[in-house]
Amino acid sequence: MSSPLLALRQLVKNYGGVRALRGVDFDLHAGEVHALLGENGAGKSTLIKIVTGAHAPDGGTISLAGQPVANLTPASARALGIACIYQQPALFPDLTVAENLALRLDATSAHARVDWTARRARTTALLDRIGAAIAPDTEVRALSMPEQQLVEIACALGSGARIVIMDEPTASLTQKEQHLLYAVVRDLRKNGVGVIYISHRLEEIFALADRVTVLRDGQSVGTHAVGDINEAGLIRLMVGREVAQIYPTAESAPGAPVLSLRGVGCTASGVHDVSFDVRAGEIFGLGGLVGAGRTELARILFGLTPADSGQITLAGETLHLRSPQDAVAHGIAYVPEDRRRHGVVLELPIAQNITMAVHRKLFPTTWLRFGAERALALDYIRDLAVKCAGPDAPGGSLSGGNQQKIALARWLATRPKLLILDEPTQGVDIGAKSEIHKIIRRLAQEGLAVILISSDLPEVIGMSDRIGVMAHGTLRAILPGGSDPHTVMAAALGTAA
Amino acid sequence: MKRYFRELSVVGALLAVLFGLAWFAPAFFSPQPLLSLVTREAPTLVVACGMACVIITRQIDISVGSMFSVCSVCAGLLVARGWPLVLVLPASVGLGALFGAFNGFLVAVLRLPSIVVTLATMVTLRQGLNLIRQGEFVNLPDRVQWFGLSQTAGQLVLVGAALGMLVALAWAMRHVAAGRYLYAVGSDAEAARLAGIRPQRVTLLVFVFIGALTGLGAMMNLAQSPQVQPLTGNGLELKVIAAVVVGGVAISGGRGNLWGAFAGLLLLACVSPALTHLHVEAYWEKAVQGAIILLAVVADGLRSRQNNR
Repeated sequence: MSSPLLALRQLVKNYGGVRALRGVDFDLHAGEVHALLGENGAGKSTLIKIVTGAHAPDGGTISLAGQPVANLTPASARALGIACIYQQPALFPDLTVAENLALRLDATSAHARVDWTARRARTTALLDRIGAAIAPDTEVRALSMPEQQLVEIACALGSGARIVIMDEPTASLTQKEQHLLYAVVRDLRKNGVGVIYISHRLEEIFALADRVTVLRDGQSVGTHAVGDINEAGLIRLMVGREVAQIYPTAESAPGAPVLSLRGVGCTASGVHDVSFDVRAGEIFGLGGLVGAGRTELARILFGLTPADSGQITLAGETLHLRSPQDAVAHGIAYVPEDRRRHGVVLELPIAQNITMAVHRKLFPTTWLRFGAERALALDYIRDLAVKCAGPDAPGGSLSGGNQQKIALARWLATRPKLLILDEPTQGVDIGAKSEIHKIIRRLAQEGLAVILISSDLPEVIGMSDRIGVMAHGTLRAILPGGSDPHTVMAAALGTAA
Repeated sequence: MKRYFRELSVVGALLAVLFGLAWFAPAFFSPQPLLSLVTREAPTLVVACGMACVIITRQIDISVGSMFSVCSVCAGLLVARGWPLVLVLPASVGLGALFGAFNGFLVAVLRLPSIVVTLATMVTLRQGLNLIRQGEFVNLPDRVQWFGLSQTAGQLVLVGAALGMLVALAWAMRHVAAGRYLYAVGSDAEAARLAGIRPQRVTLLVFVFIGALTGLGAMMNLAQSPQVQPLTGNGLELKVIAAVVVGGVAISGGRGNLWGAFAGLLLLACVSPALTHLHVEAYWEKAVQGAIILLAVVADGLRSRQNNR
């Protein structure tokens, strides 16, 4: 057998202290569709970024058709015939389809004259080849998301690439365009192109791929021909055997329901028909893959994208949450996902960060009382064991875990009834992680209703009293805490386990 | 100490200039010319306080010069018609606040970029004023100049009022929750929104605020001369923005304070008389001011690069 089109050997990549890839081997042959599967954070995106030259690996080798390649850059990767279609189209909205294609595909110098006729003709030819009915002179701004994705696919096709990487290409496509895409993939395979296909939809993998490689925690845990493995087998590989980690457990049974959702939905953010209850003292985990609608649901509950259907009841009162102020007034607290961006104001001192949501309560008159503010901040710094120079140190001077504690403190100071935590331990080191877990459990024990959104499967399973699994914008299943990870993953993938 | 390093360095530069003047040109410190210099800057200081608030909120208002002219002319006309000053003052402040509310509505509610919005109001107000007044001056009755007091007393009143305003505002920025909202919105509007602050309302109000202060500044200007010329506010926006930036208010929002802006204003205001006393040609004034602004911006750039590392 000839040497593979693309061969990755012992690829290693670290981001700071996080080991994203720890020695991955991966082969792609000409005329093969090789699916890449794994949980959130398993290392798929990192692998893609290395192959497309966006990031340099810290170790290992890459060879193309038997030739080792070093110092891959985005430009040299393109020149070597590697094209990538990302989940989100990255086109220029103010330029036409033809101009977008020309920018990607033409390597003419900046002052060469533009041959518009040839440009249009080629664009039409490429779009016809994938069966898309899009005029080459349309501005990309006017195209729908699926149509933009089709233009991306045309780009990849037109580049004459030997290797095409597709990162969840069907995530934003409708049924009709999905079939166009499948046809393109088969067409590419017939023409001897190697396709790396990333998808969470198992049925797609079985329909399209020749082989499948599963990544877990930055390592390859097996490559199989799709004929030799079934869905259950793939899920088993993705989840793996659990490393026993100790999570704090509930010491008392939860109380009465605090929050009830009945058929809640929001057209704008794609969430629909969500119903569940969360009880006082209960940690309700929300599991699912990225894009399943968990953060979108949290934003509905915090009034950021108001619900347009269904009913939300908190402590017996039906709520119409139109703004974060409404949510705060009713005792809902939300610690957002992107801590550095939205959780902690890095320029402001810790004390001000903590009191930001409780100004009205802490300062009933107009004047700020620094003594009271400091006392409150010190209380939380002590209570949550925040490691900092003092309440006057800026938020930006803290480590990730301690920033998260500050974000948490801000919302605890509002004395909420319902606490929504969105990825509270993302990018936090192991020690701080277990501290945060203990804090969350203690808060629940004190009678708070907690919704815990996490992409970390063992965390959701270990921390939650019950787990709601979301997929495609709605709740697919409610499972008991400590459930078998395979069952949770199967529900998240939308297959019956 | 470290936290206010930027402000203290401007104060240091100011002191260095003042000491230099004391050494080379002691005439600079003769009381009456100095008081006149400070009085001329009093209205500018009031507007600069407003500008500092606007820039801390990560916005900008370049229409202050035009608003200043319009408020001055309108107030002058009212005075000429025999309105008492106690009524003209709120009228001028109210007119400024109204212009500010218009800017603020476009920026906060329609979410248009403030530089474009205020550029449009700046040009519209200036040209509108030219069209209606045809460059005509407004002659003021004697009772207006120095509020009918002696010149020195009037000057002291104006300087005292400006300084009082500065102290009150600087104190409020630190001790009133609203002041903190400005910093929060300027640092990160989305984070502020998630914390239950209404960034749109804060933005709207900060524009109303700078408009009102501009109206007040116009009144303080009115009291200094026997007539109002319609170009009186031209270039004020640049002067004020320069003072604020030199004073360490980050143009990217969320950082700086009014004391810094005050020091920056004094530093820039000293340039012209300093050059005169040192017998340097007046042409150098703008060049030196430009160099000071450049130095301040470069210092901020270097500092933020260091912080990002």
